[in-house]
Amino acid sequence: MFEITFNLLNREIIIPDTIVNVYIVVFALLIFAMAVNRKIRKADLSKPPSGLLNVMEILVETVENLVKQTMGEKQVWFSPYIFTLMAFLLVANLSGLLGFTPPTSDYSVTLTLALVTFTLTQFFGIKNNGIDGYIKGFFQPLPFLLPLNILGELANPISLSFRLFGNILSGVIIMSLIYNALGLVAPLVTPVLHAYFDVFSGLLQTFIFAMLTMIFIGGNFDN
Amino acid sequence: MLQGITSEAFILGCSAIGAGLAMIAGIGPGIGQGHAAGQGAAAVGRQPEAQALITRTMLLGQAVAETTGIYSLVIAIILIFIRPLLTAYLNLGL
Repeated sequence: MFEITFNLLNREIIIPDTIVNVYIVVFALLIFAMAVNRKIRKADLSKPPSGLLNVMEILVETVENLVKQTMGEKQVWFSPYIFTLMAFLLVANLSGLLGFTPPTSDYSVTLTLALVTFTLTQFFGIKNNGIDGYIKGFFQPLPFLLPLNILGELANPISLSFRLFGNILSGVIIMSLIYNALGLVAPLVTPVLHAYFDVFSGLLQTFIFAMLTMIFIGGNFDN
Repeated sequence: MLQGITSEAFILGCSAIGAGLAMIAGIGPGIGQGHAAGQGAAAVGRQPEAQALITRTMLLGQAVAETTGIYSLVIAIILIFIRPLLTAYLNLGL
């Protein structure tokens, strides 16, 4: 919706609207988090939570249970990252409903998120197995499979980022084709497609991305 | 040059055909996801109490099976919108 163009050292720099929308989503989440934080500070601890706090508690508990089931009981401390990831992806994917271009239809956004997962996976792989165990893992089951193992490890962030990017971008392209083809009649057809491409696909891809992140990182912890 | 067609138009047309051919890969994930969904339905029929776990496993497996289809989609999108072949041709400077 909002594209920023400015001149820096005689070169025109264009910031695409998807990147601007990333910041809109982040600031919206930040303001929401501050509002919830203020409510939590004011909350009466002797009474059960109600309203918004109740919903937040359910969400936090759901994510914690998911992390416990996928990564193991001891790795509950990972749930804040997963919750942040899910919240960002959810708002980003659903922002198409408000007329924004979804930030996740820009490959730089999804690649960044996938690289965070990749870095965490390698970091915990080295931390938990030791550097020798980590290198030895690449020679499993047979030594000559080393190139395949390295390729397989490098394919993870690529497939993770392309999966999210492709799903959201295909929705955006199909929607814009239909809006352009039908013109004024388009609102008769598009609600169904919005429900599928934005809501269903957005929710599903959020869940998948978070689950795969948990599985990749959790594979380095032995339960 | 073909009769009355500029080389640029020919490359654009061939890119569009290539994008269409790339999407043939969509058959594979379609069959795979359908098979996973069918197995999931059968599993729910056998064990209705494990429905949440079955659904989650099925969706995860389907998302992984989808990868090859997404790759072909990305190739088709690159061929149509980024036009690497046309850029390569223009860089040749013929």
